[in-house]
Amino acid sequence: MSVKIVKISPGFEEIMPKDYKDLVSNGPYGKGFGIKELGTFKELIEEHPLCAGCGLALSKRLILASLPSPENTIIVGTTGCSSLSFSQVALHNIHSIFGNQNAVATGLKRALEIRFPDVIKDVVAIGGDGAIGDIGLGMVMHSWFRGEKFATIMLDNESYANTGGQESGMSQQGAVLNMAPTGKKYNKLPMAEIARDAGCVYSVSVTFAKPKRLEKIIRRAVLIARQLGPTYIQIYCPCPTNYKHKPSESLERARDAEKSGAYPVKEYMSPEAEELIKKLEEGKKC
Amino acid sequence: MAVKTTSQSIVEPEHLFFKAEREKQFITGSEAVKEAIKRANVDMAISYPITPQSESMHLVGDLYAQGYVKDYYRGENELGVMSAVAGASMGGVRVFTATGGQGSLRAFEMFPTWAGARLPVVCAFFCRGLNSPLTIQPDTIEIGLMLDTGMIILHAETAQDLYDMILKAFIIAEEPDVHLPIAVFADGFFVTHTREIVEIAPEDIKLPPYNPYKSPVPVMDMETPPVRQMRDPFVMKSNFISYATHASWQQEVRAAAERARKHINRYLGGLIETENEDADILFMTSGTAASQARAAIIELEKEGIKVGLVKIKSLRPFPTEDIRRIAKNKKAIIVPEFNITGWLAREIKAVVEDNSKVIGAPRVFGGMTMPVELLLDEIKKHL
Repeated sequence: MSVKIVKISPGFEEIMPKDYKDLVSNGPYGKGFGIKELGTFKELIEEHPLCAGCGLALSKRLILASLPSPENTIIVGTTGCSSLSFSQVALHNIHSIFGNQNAVATGLKRALEIRFPDVIKDVVAIGGDGAIGDIGLGMVMHSWFRGEKFATIMLDNESYANTGGQESGMSQQGAVLNMAPTGKKYNKLPMAEIARDAGCVYSVSVTFAKPKRLEKIIRRAVLIARQLGPTYIQIYCPCPTNYKHKPSESLERARDAEKSGAYPVKEYMSPEAEELIKKLEEGKKC
Repeated sequence: MAVKTTSQSIVEPEHLFFKAEREKQFITGSEAVKEAIKRANVDMAISYPITPQSESMHLVGDLYAQGYVKDYYRGENELGVMSAVAGASMGGVRVFTATGGQGSLRAFEMFPTWAGARLPVVCAFFCRGLNSPLTIQPDTIEIGLMLDTGMIILHAETAQDLYDMILKAFIIAEEPDVHLPIAVFADGFFVTHTREIVEIAPEDIKLPPYNPYKSPVPVMDMETPPVRQMRDPFVMKSNFISYATHASWQQEVRAAAERARKHINRYLGGLIETENEDADILFMTSGTAASQARAAIIELEKEGIKVGLVKIKSLRPFPTEDIRRIAKNKKAIIVPEFNITGWLAREIKAVVEDNSKVIGAPRVFGGMTMPVELLLDEIKKHL
């Protein structure tokens, strides 16, 4: 069982950082914790370098707390703001190149199936809107066409935030950003629909306005991916740095975007996925 | 995943390479790839078509259908394939793929990434010319572009070389003190599409499996401590420690390639191969240009002219000391190449002491063949 990998070799207890000792004594591995338990255990992410009020930071905190079995989860990230906070995540995680996360995740998931036929190893691909919607879209969609069994999560801040706030395909039409000096000329990419049509059995567009709802969606995406095939979630992550709002306003912005329809919440699922969800959530309060 | 299983037994690499009785088969270079992979205990292979590589990966696909390879699929493009290969390798399995020419360049970003990630991927490259104008014909220009990726680079002359180098590449790549990707280059069409006699080991034996726990970098399987572990963390903060970390990591990648020398010597019998090493004039080359040089040497011998050959098998690491030693007191070093840039002549000139005697000629490219007459003319200019 992989839970043993957090243990500290005898003799090294003194020199290990407190953060790591906390993970050993009070981490979430194998305990089935969720959002409800936040604040009672040592979280998987800490001291990340993301900006104050960053939507990615909160999303990642919630995603990591929602994973159904962190002790057997490997994350494939990619270049962008989201990647800046992976070194601080207490899971095995990969950074390869910009936009290739779904191809890397394909190879990784298949390799782990060969090596561990009797253990479920969850692979989750997490990237920004640039990585998933633009530069890596071909590799993303082909992982869906092939029916690869892992979840893809887009942290959508509607821009290339790490390079200074340029327009991305996920930016809203009309948004004035770097490289779109007169406003973006075309619609936000319909990624949830693209995912659905490309073979994702579960595809969701959501914000982090309601953490427990997000937890339910993350758990569904990971559990469905194990059995049925690819799943996709995009989470609206307001960016105070590039969209020039106060850090304290991020949550409010997410709520407003949801309410106004600027960022509609959508949940698509195949009949098989729906049936599986019923079975998984039967008798459980989610 | 393939459901069929094969009844191969695992043997020591030395047995498979050197001791097992070899059978002679009249096969193409692409078929030699298949025979190598059949005995290589490969877990996963990922393919994408490009001439002249495609047939080799069709045949590897057949091996998957027969149960010799556990997983196989056709990827979406070369960048996707090389990325998936990276993911599989980080997941702890032995992987193989092949590409060439435009495919190599489409995937180029992944090669330094493989090396930096210390992935023991083995990739065959079947060279062809690059755009534009579009060509599919043999040309080794892409090797010159690959030299500084951090990968170990071998260049096969024949289908026999290709078979031996691919099999041995897995073992060299996976040595804990190396653990780097290996590119096995062969000249498209000349090697892939022609038949020759190749000596191969029995088909009922294979290499031992890859042991990812011998890797100098952690496997991404949530079984390998420590748990807070990122492959591959970027060190792009603007501070001295970040620069120093990146610099020392790059040095270590190059040092690992240097440490591969002893393994290349052991398994491939050296980084070079020589013929008439004591002659005053030498051909120094790699790939099928070496075959043309051999033919020229036979012709020249008939005229009473003694000429030697140094065939370079390993381009990275480069046989610097060997070349420097052999080139000493020679009258001329003739470097024939199948490309317009003359990257090999450049490499040799950079290490030979009096490099005015290094002649970067003849060069043919764009699919042109290299008639022996061209080589004879070049030699006669320097008698």
